[in-house]
Parts: sequence; structure tokens; C-alpha cells
Amino acid sequence: MTGRSTIPARALRVGLERARWRTTVAAVGVALVAAACGSTSPTTSSGSSTTKAPSAGALKIGFFGALTGANAQLGININDGVKLALTQYQSKGKGPAVTLEEYDSQGDPSQAPQLAQKAISDHTVAVVGPAFSGESKTADPIFQQAGIVSVTPSATDPTLAQHGWTYWHRIVGNDNTQGPAAASLIAKKLGAKRVAVIDDASAYGKGIADIVRSTLPTDGVTVVSAGRSIDPNATDYSATVDAVKAANVDVIYYGGYYAAAGRLLKQMRDAGVKATFVSDDGVNDPKFVAAAGQADADGSYVTCPCGDVTGTTAGQAFTSAYQAAFHVAPGTYSAEGYDAANIILTAISGGSTTASAINSYLASHTFPGITKTVKFDASGDISGGGIYAYQVKAGSIVSLGLVSQLVG
Amino acid sequence: MLHQFLTLFWPSTVDGLTVGAIYALVALGYTLVYGVLQLINFAHSEVFMVGTFASLFTLHALGVTSALTGLALVGVLVVCALAGMTGSAVTAVILEAVAYRPLRRRTTSRLAALITAIGASFSLQEIFALRYGRDIQTFPRVMQKTVLFHVGSGTVRSDKVLVVATALAMMVILDTFVSRTRLGRGIRATAQDPRTAVLMGVNIDRVIVATFILGGLAAGVAATLYGTFYEVTQYNIGFLIGLKAFTAAVLGGIGNLRGALLGGFSLGLIENYGASLFGAEWMNVVAFVVLVAVLLFRPTGILGEQLARARA
Repeated sequence: MTGRSTIPARALRVGLERARWRTTVAAVGVALVAAACGSTSPTTSSGSSTTKAPSAGALKIGFFGALTGANAQLGININDGVKLALTQYQSKGKGPAVTLEEYDSQGDPSQAPQLAQKAISDHTVAVVGPAFSGESKTADPIFQQAGIVSVTPSATDPTLAQHGWTYWHRIVGNDNTQGPAAASLIAKKLGAKRVAVIDDASAYGKGIADIVRSTLPTDGVTVVSAGRSIDPNATDYSATVDAVKAANVDVIYYGGYYAAAGRLLKQMRDAGVKATFVSDDGVNDPKFVAAAGQADADGSYVTCPCGDVTGTTAGQAFTSAYQAAFHVAPGTYSAEGYDAANIILTAISGGSTTASAINSYLASHTFPGITKTVKFDASGDISGGGIYAYQVKAGSIVSLGLVSQLVG
Repeated sequence: MLHQFLTLFWPSTVDGLTVGAIYALVALGYTLVYGVLQLINFAHSEVFMVGTFASLFTLHALGVTSALTGLALVGVLVVCALAGMTGSAVTAVILEAVAYRPLRRRTTSRLAALITAIGASFSLQEIFALRYGRDIQTFPRVMQKTVLFHVGSGTVRSDKVLVVATALAMMVILDTFVSRTRLGRGIRATAQDPRTAVLMGVNIDRVIVATFILGGLAAGVAATLYGTFYEVTQYNIGFLIGLKAFTAAVLGGIGNLRGALLGGFSLGLIENYGASLFGAEWMNVVAFVVLVAVLLFRPTGILGEQLARARA
């Protein structure tokens, strides 16, 4: 095809130059991506709270988590719970004035430190969050150093409690309790023999999946090597689907968030994989059903440290107030967000107006919340804390009750 | 490990060819523009993204909510493909006119054009994110994913056949266009030596616009196939696929049309074979190690770099 004579040396040199140039291009590209990700910090603020300098009386509390981005729904749920708690606090008119500042991390661990710094310069005394485990790992050390109280309603990575952070608190059961609960659900309720465990390689998803991987064999269940990690940003999971299909499993466990879970499950079903899909609280969201399609999602299980609050009077009052304020039913972790905010607000109305005063109030008191009665242990983690099972039935996620009672 | 590879050989081959076909179609856009302008059009991933949205909106407009068969299916797919092609081609032309042409007139710096490309890419992503949200948008199921036959343990499904067949047809059409038509000759002439091409009476501006349109048309077809196959899109859907397609173009020999085809299919197969050998989490690592290895021995890719020479 090439009738022309070429000069190899020149061609090679040009080739090398181009190759080198391409490397530069790639480097520039990566740097730009990093810069762009770092600089977009859309801190949507509630009303006038950012524009106004903090007045002498108004204390600032914050919400820290994803309000935009692919997994923003959980953050929005929590933030709405916080907003409801604050509105109720303000309408009572007791205690010091409190305003809310929203720190939208997009769930991105690399954006979290910058936002945490912003919370410090805003003189925020306490935050509800960070919502996810990954961003907690990068933001909490900064909160700890600055002495800002954090109460996370949803970051369930067990290792967060092991850093010796004295300003850190958590009001949900962690993955060390959720992982074994999922494993016993798979082994005893579903009676599975062969299970594929897949995760999204995030701090949260891999953390919980690893616990399931190590717990299942103790119940006599085989964990096949197929699957392992997927890229949550990818759309093509055919390699994982093929491997799982060939491994012939009864149950697929997925550790991660709803967006990728929905796509993965859909591609599994399209390829004819019939195994029951079990996942974690990151998947406990109607958008999981939307992403997978109702027919494919039906019958799937999710576990969650979040309880069903509709059974109690306080829970029902919360649900109707939430519905009235936001025109949607409370979502996953809305109630925990409400509880976390109320814990902070109780401390403030009890006379604690500095971060360190709030912190010691939290350590020494018990808080009757709508999800559970909260008492913090020495590490800041919640004492006790049950795991609930949910199943997708006819397109909606319904509570089956505590896992411990299901497997009895 | 080897046992796993052998078990998964046929499924990996089928899936590798399917995703490779989409890579190849998108890679055409990178390769054509590079061949003519020596510019890596990083915003091409967004040209693809706009195509997916265009065909999604067409599906909504047509009121498709469940799988179709027969003539209705063909009709809807063709209309969607036309919408995707229009969306992508128009985006590519606007990009050329707004982002690249003014720079080309004022400076010869390739780096400036490259930065503009990256900037245009982010702008388009954010425009779509702000307009349509950052959540995943789901396509309705247009085509029943029927199992047609088996190759070994690999399942050949109707939608996979559609993807590969359409992509191949589009390649042949483009290849014929570039090698047989007058405008195609202009493209090759410009790629070879722009100055001489001008002296021979080639209208460079027209050639460049044509190049962007061709790349856009291929991306539009890829976008529709992608939507039919994966049934999702998002404001940043182009990022990963654009990166893969760019890799495919480099692997095959950037600037070379048939290289894009070869690169796309090779990358798809390498990824899936790599995944079956080492696990899916190693998929991208394997693919990029192979890319580096190929470039070490053949710095200009498998088929070499020149659009004009390879086709001369």
C-alpha cells in the first residue's frame, strides 16, 4: 500500500517526538482533570447564611456530604432531615440562634479536605456528616485537628472509629455489624451454597464486601473468585458478568452504591444470570430500582443499619412533617440525619455553645432519637445498633425487619 | 487462572468484539481529525455524549416505552441513529467553528488547540449536567435482548449482533468515502501535505469541516448503538469511552482509518481477555500495559500513523 519510500530514521524520530508529545498531552490532561475536580466546590448555601458574617449569637452547624453528583440522593436525604430538625428547633424559639451551612462534597474524597477547611474558616461548631466513608477519611482528620464536632449518620466503615478521633461520632451500626448480618442473611435466610462477592473498590464498598467475603466461609458458604471489583464509573460490566455467569452462583453480593449496582444487575439479568442479588445500604434507594428496571430489581435484598421509623409515634410524626416540608417521603438516612442534627441541637440548647462543650455534652448524655436511643462509646461510635433487611417487591423497597429476627 | 481464561474465552470474545465495535466507531473521530490537523480533539468524547442524549430524546419523543419488533424496531433505530448522527455532527461542527478555527487563524501552537479542546470538553459536560442533571438517564428498552446462538460458551445476542454489524457497515461506508470521493481525496491530500493541497485547489476549510462531520456521524452511530446496548447515559458518559477510543486510535495507529477499526476491536478483546485472566479489576491495567508495549516496538501504532500513506 505504501508505494512511497520512507526514511526510517526520520519516521522514528517523528514517532518518538509524537509519543513524547502525547505523554505531555496525557500529563496535561490529568493535571487539568485534577485541577477542575479540585476547584469545583459548589457550596450551595442555605439562604443568607454565607453572605452574612456570623453574628455574635448565631451558631453555625453544617451538613457535609454529596448534594450533587452521581450518588447525591443519600446526601440530599440526610440534609433534608437536618433541615427539618433545624426548622423545628427554630420554631420552638428556645436556645441560641443556629444557622445551617451546606458543604457539598459530591461524595468525593479529594474535594473533602478543601471543604473541611472552609467549614473551619466559617466557624462551624458541629457538622452532620461526612456522609460517606471515603470523604470521612480525608475530612475527619481536619475536623479533629480544628476541634469541630462531627456526627455522621451514614458513614459505616468500621476503621473510622479506630483513629482515636475525639470529636468524631457515628449514630449507625458500622460495616462490622452490617457485613456479618448480610452474610447470615445470605447463608441462613437464602440458604446459598455459592456466592460471588463484588465491590466497587471504594473505601465503603470494598470494606463491607471484604467482611462478607471473610464471614461467609464460616457459615459453610463458598465464595467464588469470580467478579471481585468493578469500576463504578464504567458502564460495561461484561467481563464481570461473564465470569459470574460461568461461576454458576446462587447469590451475588455487591458492596457499593446504587448507580453501579443497578447497571450491574441489569447486565447480569440480560445475560441470563438468575442469582439473587444482595447488597448494602448504599443501594437502599429507589434509584437502584430505576437503574436496574423493576423487573430485574424485584426480589433483590439490601441490608441497612437504618431502621424503619414508621412503626413509632415519633417516627410517624417525623414522616408526616418531612412529607409536608419536602413533598417526598423520607429516604434512606433521612431519619438518621434528623437524629444527628437533633443530638447537636439538644447539646446547644442545653447550654453548650462551643465545639468543645458540645463534644463533652455528647460524650456524657443519652439521646432518645426516632431511629434508636443513641449513646456514644469511648471511640465515638454508637453502642449497639441493629441491622435491618429490605427487599424489592413490585418495584418498591420494603422492610422485612431486623436481620437477627429473620434468620432467628 | 488459565482454566478461568479458557472457560471465559468465548464469552470474552463476543463481549470484546461488541464493546470494541463501539470503541472503533468513536476512535474514527479522533483519528480523522488527527490525520488532518494533527490535533487530538479531546472534546470528541462530548460529541459522543451529545449523540447519546439526542437518541434518548428521540426515543422519548417517539413515545417508545417497551421493546419493539419488526419494521417498527428498524424504523425507530434508524430515526434514533439519524438523530444521534445529527446531534453529534452538529456538535462537532460547532466545536470546530467556535473552538478550533479562530485559533487556527491566529496561532499555529498545537498546545493552545489542545487546551481549548479540554476546555470545550468540560464546558459541554457542565452544560449538559446543569441542563439535564448529574444523575444517570435510563433508556427504555428498544430491542429485545434475544439469544440468537452460542459460540462455545459465549452467548450471541441480537443486540450484540446489531452493534457489531452496524459498526462494520459504518466503517466500510466511511472508508469508501475517504478513498473514492472527491472530498475524500481532499481529506487525504490535506493529511499528506496541507500546503501542496491548497496549491492543488483543495479548500482546506471545507475539508476540515468535512472531517469533523464524518467523525461526528460515526460518533452519533456509536452513541445510538451504545444507548440501545447499555441503555444508560449521563453528562460524563463520554469520558471513559472517549479515553478508550483514543487509546484504540493510538493502538491502531492514529491518523489511520483502518487502524481505528483494528485498534477498537483489539482493545475490546485485550480488555476482556485480560479481565478473564486476572479478574475484571485488572481490565484497564492489562489494556494499557499492552498499549505501552505495542508503542515501545511500534511507536506509530499497529498500522502506522499516516491517513494519507496507509490509504495511498
